[in-house]
Amino acid sequence: MLVPIMLLLVGLGTVVFHFVSPWWWTPIASNWGYIDDTIILTFWVTGVVFVGVVLFIAWCTYRYRYQKGKKADYEPENAKLEWWLTILTTIGVAAMLAPGLWVWNDFVTVPEDAAEFEVVAKQWEWTYRFPGKDGKLGTTDAKYINDDNPFGINPKDKNGRDDILIDDGEVHLPINQPVKVLLRSIDVLHDFGIVQFRAKMDMVPGTVTSFWFTPTRIGEFDVLCFELCGVGHYAMRGMVVVDSVSDFQAWLDEQPTFAQSLAEAESDSDKSSNRVFSEASSPDREIAR
Amino acid sequence: MAYVAPAEVEQIPPAEVEDVELYHAKSWVTKYVFSQDAKVIAIQYSATAIAIGLVGLVLSWLMRLQLGFPELFDFIEPSDYYQFITVHGMIMVIYLLTALFLGGFGNYLIPLMVGARDMVFPYVNMVSYWVYLGAVILLIVSFFVPGGATGAGWTLYPPQAILSGTPGSEGGIILMLVSLALFIIGFTMGGLNYVVTVLQARTRGMTLMRLPLTIWGIFTATVLALLAFPALLVGAVMMTFDKLLGTSFFMPALVEMGVYLDYGGGSPLLFQHLFWFFGHPEVYIVALPAFGIVSDLISVHARRHIFGYRMMVWAIVGIGALSFVVWAHHMYVSGMNPWFGFFFATTTLIIAVPTALKVYNWTLTLWKGNIRFTLPMLFALAFIVTFVNGGITGLFLGNVVVDVPLSDTMFVVAHFHMVMGVAPLLVVFGGIYHWFPLITGRMLHEGMGQFHFWVTFIGAYTIFLPLHYLGFLGVPRRYFEMGETNFIPESAQDLNAFVTVVALTVGVAQIVFFINLFWSLKNGKLAGHNPWKACSLEWRTAHVPPRHGNFDDLPVVYRWAYDYGVPGADEDFIPQDVPPDRVSTGKGEV
Amino acid sequence: MGIFQQLTEKPWLTVEGKEPAEQRAFSLESPHVGLRVFLAVATVLFTLFLVVYVERMTFPDWRPLSEPWVLWLNTLVLVISSAGFHWAWVNADRGDLDGIKTGLLAGGMASFAFLAGQLWAWRLLVDLGYYDMANPAIGFFYLLTGLHGLHLLGGLVAWFRTSAKVKAEVGLAQLRLSVGLCAVYWHFLLVVWLVLFGLLLLT
Repeated sequence: MLVPIMLLLVGLGTVVFHFVSPWWWTPIASNWGYIDDTIILTFWVTGVVFVGVVLFIAWCTYRYRYQKGKKADYEPENAKLEWWLTILTTIGVAAMLAPGLWVWNDFVTVPEDAAEFEVVAKQWEWTYRFPGKDGKLGTTDAKYINDDNPFGINPKDKNGRDDILIDDGEVHLPINQPVKVLLRSIDVLHDFGIVQFRAKMDMVPGTVTSFWFTPTRIGEFDVLCFELCGVGHYAMRGMVVVDSVSDFQAWLDEQPTFAQSLAEAESDSDKSSNRVFSEASSPDREIAR
Repeated sequence: MAYVAPAEVEQIPPAEVEDVELYHAKSWVTKYVFSQDAKVIAIQYSATAIAIGLVGLVLSWLMRLQLGFPELFDFIEPSDYYQFITVHGMIMVIYLLTALFLGGFGNYLIPLMVGARDMVFPYVNMVSYWVYLGAVILLIVSFFVPGGATGAGWTLYPPQAILSGTPGSEGGIILMLVSLALFIIGFTMGGLNYVVTVLQARTRGMTLMRLPLTIWGIFTATVLALLAFPALLVGAVMMTFDKLLGTSFFMPALVEMGVYLDYGGGSPLLFQHLFWFFGHPEVYIVALPAFGIVSDLISVHARRHIFGYRMMVWAIVGIGALSFVVWAHHMYVSGMNPWFGFFFATTTLIIAVPTALKVYNWTLTLWKGNIRFTLPMLFALAFIVTFVNGGITGLFLGNVVVDVPLSDTMFVVAHFHMVMGVAPLLVVFGGIYHWFPLITGRMLHEGMGQFHFWVTFIGAYTIFLPLHYLGFLGVPRRYFEMGETNFIPESAQDLNAFVTVVALTVGVAQIVFFINLFWSLKNGKLAGHNPWKACSLEWRTAHVPPRHGNFDDLPVVYRWAYDYGVPGADEDFIPQDVPPDRVSTGKGEV
Repeated sequence: MGIFQQLTEKPWLTVEGKEPAEQRAFSLESPHVGLRVFLAVATVLFTLFLVVYVERMTFPDWRPLSEPWVLWLNTLVLVISSAGFHWAWVNADRGDLDGIKTGLLAGGMASFAFLAGQLWAWRLLVDLGYYDMANPAIGFFYLLTGLHGLHLLGGLVAWFRTSAKVKAEVGLAQLRLSVGLCAVYWHFLLVVWLVLFGLLLLT
C-alpha cells in the first residue's frame, strides 16, 4: 500500500505546492501580458496531463498489485486506444503551440511608432545610447573603441555627434511608449533582461540584436545579465527607471552628447587620448590573448 | 494457440550461424585489464563513469553550499563557482550519463540480449574504453593546470570561453576541448561496435521487432551519437584553432578589457548552432537508453507484455530522427533570426507527441498487470513521475514565446535536471538493481535498497520541484550569488538553503547504495538463474554470471521478449528461446 | 523482407513449424559494415565543416584565396593511389598475390607522395605570405587539408598492417578482406578530396 499512497502524495503535493508557493512571478510592468497568459494556459494543459498520469499510475499500482497465481491481461496492442491518445495529445499540443506562435508573431513584429535606443554591454557593466535631435544613431565599429569613445561611435559620422550617452548603468524610459531596444556587446555574449518586462535577448559581439516592449508601470526595475559572460556575470547589474514622459525628457536633457563628451575628454588631457590604441598596436598585444 | 501468425509471413530458410572466433585471454592482465570481453569492458566503463560522476556530485554540493549559504563559505570564489558548474555539467551529461548508458549498459547488454558471443570488433571495443579513460583523466588534470579548469559553462560559448574574463581560459579550455575530442574518438570506436553488433550479430530468429526495447533505445541513441558528436568535434577543433592559432572562425572583432584583439569577422552564433546540433540529440542520447531500459523494467516487474510494442519502437526511431531538427530551441533568445522561432517551436512541440505516447504505453503496461513492487519497479515508477514532470516543463521552454521570460533562469536548470538528470539516473539505479543478480550472481539487499530508493526519489523531487518556481520569480541561472534586487523576496534565500540541505542529504544517502553494492557482492542472497522470471536472452546463459562468450550454444529465438501472461500457458512468462512446441500448457500439448 | 515490412511485423505472433532464420541486416562481411558506418560518421564530419565553410563565406570579411598549383598534381597522385588500391582489390578477387603486392605498393607510395605534396602546398602558402590566420579562408584551408591528411594518415596505418599480412602470408580470404577495406577507404578519401578541392577552387 505504501507505493500507491506515496505516488498519490507526490501528485497531490505537487499541485498543493503549486498553489501555495509564495514564489511566483513578479507583477508585470510591460505590454507582454499575453506571455503570462500563454504560460497560464500551458500550466493548465500540462498540469491536467501530469495529475492524470500520476493518479492513473497510483490507481494501477493499487488495483493491479501483485497477487500470487494471477496472470496479467494479454493485449499487446490496442490501435483504437493509441489513435485516440495520439489525437488528444496532438490537440493539447496544438492548443499550446498556436497561441504561443501568435504571441511570438507580436514579439517579433516591431510597431512602427517604436522609439529606438541602444544598450551596449561590456564585462561587466551596462551603458546606453539614445539618438539625439536627428533621431538617428551614429554608426559604430569595434575599432573606434577607446577610453574617450567607449561606445565605438564612428567619429566621422554626423549622425553620431548628437547621440546621447549614458554610462552609469541607469537608464530612464517614458511610460507607454513602445521601444525597440538595440543590443550590442563589445566583448562577449551578454543578455539584457528585465524580469518585470518578461523580455530578454542575447547581445552578440559583431552584430546588433533587438527586441521591443512597452513599459506600462512607473517604477525602478533591475537589469540582470542572463547569459554567462565571465567571472563577473552575477554582478553585472543595471537599472531601468520608467518615468512619466515629462520626467523622462527632463532626465534626458541632462545627459551628455557624444560631441560634448569628446570635447570634455580633450580638455581633460590632450596626450593620453589614444592610450588603448597605442597599446593595442604594440607587440605586447599577443600576450593579451 | 491463439497467437499463431498467418501462414503467409515470409520466412527465409534457416542458415547455419558461424561461431565467432573469440580472443582468449592468456593472462590476468588480458582477462581483467586489457580485456576484450564486452562484459568486462562494460564494468570498466561503468566504474569509471560512476567514479567521475561522484566528482560531479561533489562539485554540485559545493555549488549548493554557495547558493544556499552565500558568504558563509569563503573558500568558494566566483571563479571557483564557475569552474564547478562547468565541469559538473560536462561530467554529468557526457562523461557520466553518455558513457554509462552506452559504454556501460550497452556493452553489457547488447551482445547478451541479441544472442551474440561478444561485440563484433572486440579489440576496437577495448581501445574505446582506454581512450575514454584518457579523456576522463585529461578532464581531471584540467583542474590542476595554471588558471584551473574552464569556467565557460558546459556550453563553452565563444568568445568568452577563450577570453581572459573567464576562469581557465588558458590551459583549462584547451584541455577541456582535447578531452572532448578524445571522448568522441573513443565513443566512435565503441559506437561502431554497438551498431554493427545489433545489425549483424543477432542470433537466429532475433528479428528487429523481437529485440527488447532496451536494445532499440541503446541502438538508436548510438546512431544519434555517431551522427551528432561530429558537430561538437567540429566546434571544438575550430575553437582550438581560434585559441591557439588566432583564426577567427567564431571570433568577431572585439575589445576585451580595453584591448582591441586581433580577431575579426567570426560568428559566435555559428558555434552555438554547431553545439546545439550536437547538444539536442545528446539529450536523447541519454534519454533513449533510459526509455528502453525502463520499458523492460516495467514489463518484467509488472508481469505484463509491454503495451504497444510497435508504437514504442516507432516512437524511439521517430524521436531520434526529430531530435536533429529541434536544436535551435536552445537559442530562442540567442539573437538568431527570430523567424526561426516559428519552425523550431513547431518541431519541438511535435516531438512531444511520440514522447507522450511512450509515457501512455508505460502506464498502460501497468494497467491490468500484476505489479510486483521490486526495487527495479519502484525506480521505474519514480522515473515515470519525474520524467512526466520534467517533460511537461519542456513544453514551456519549447514554446518559443513562453521561453523568453524563462530562458536562462532556474526554471531551465530545474527542467533539465528533472528530465535528463534525475529521471535517467533513476533508470540507472533501477537497471543496476535489475541486472546486478546477473552480473554478480547475487541479489542486492532489499532493506538498504528501499531506503536508498525513497530517499533518492522523494529527495531529488523535493530538490528540483521548487527550483522551477525560483525560475518563475526570475532568478537567473549561473549566478554566484543573487545579491540585491528589488523583486526577489528574502524567502527565496530560505528556499535555496532548504534545497541545499536536501541536496546534501540525498547525496550522502548514496553511500548506502555503495555499501549495498559491496556488501552484496559477498553476502547477497544467491540469485540463481533468472530471479525475476524475465523472458529476454541475457537471463538464458548457461552460467550466472555469464562467462566469456556468453552462451554455451547460441540460443535460437522463437518469440518476442515480452511473452508475459500468455493465455493458455502454465507459467506467466515464456522466454524468447522456448520453441512453441515446448511451451507447457497444462494439457501437455500446444 | 523490406525494412518497412520488418518494422511493422507484429512480434507477438510466433511463427510455428518453421525454423527461425539467420538475422543479418547486410550480406556484407561485418568489417565492411563497420567501415561503412565509420564512413557515414566521417561524411557527417566533413559535411559539417563544408556547411560551416559556406556559412562563414557569407560574412563580409571573406577574402578568397588562390590555391597553389601543386594541388592539381596532388589530386592526380591521389587518383593514382586510389587506383592502386583498386588494382590490389581486383587481384585479390582473382587470387593473384603479385597483383596485390603491386597495387598495395603503388597505392601506399602514392599516398605518401600525396601527403608530401600537401605539406609542400602549405609551405608554398607560407612563402606567398598566406599565414595570416585571421583570414578565414586561410584558416579553413589549413584546417580542411589537415583533417583530410589526418584521415589519410590513419588509412596508412591500415595499409601498413595489410602489408604486414602480405609478408606474413596469411590466407587469401583474410587478405582480400583487408585489401578490400583499404580500397573502399581510399575511394572515400578521394571523393572527399575532390569535393574539398572543388570547393576551395570555387571560392
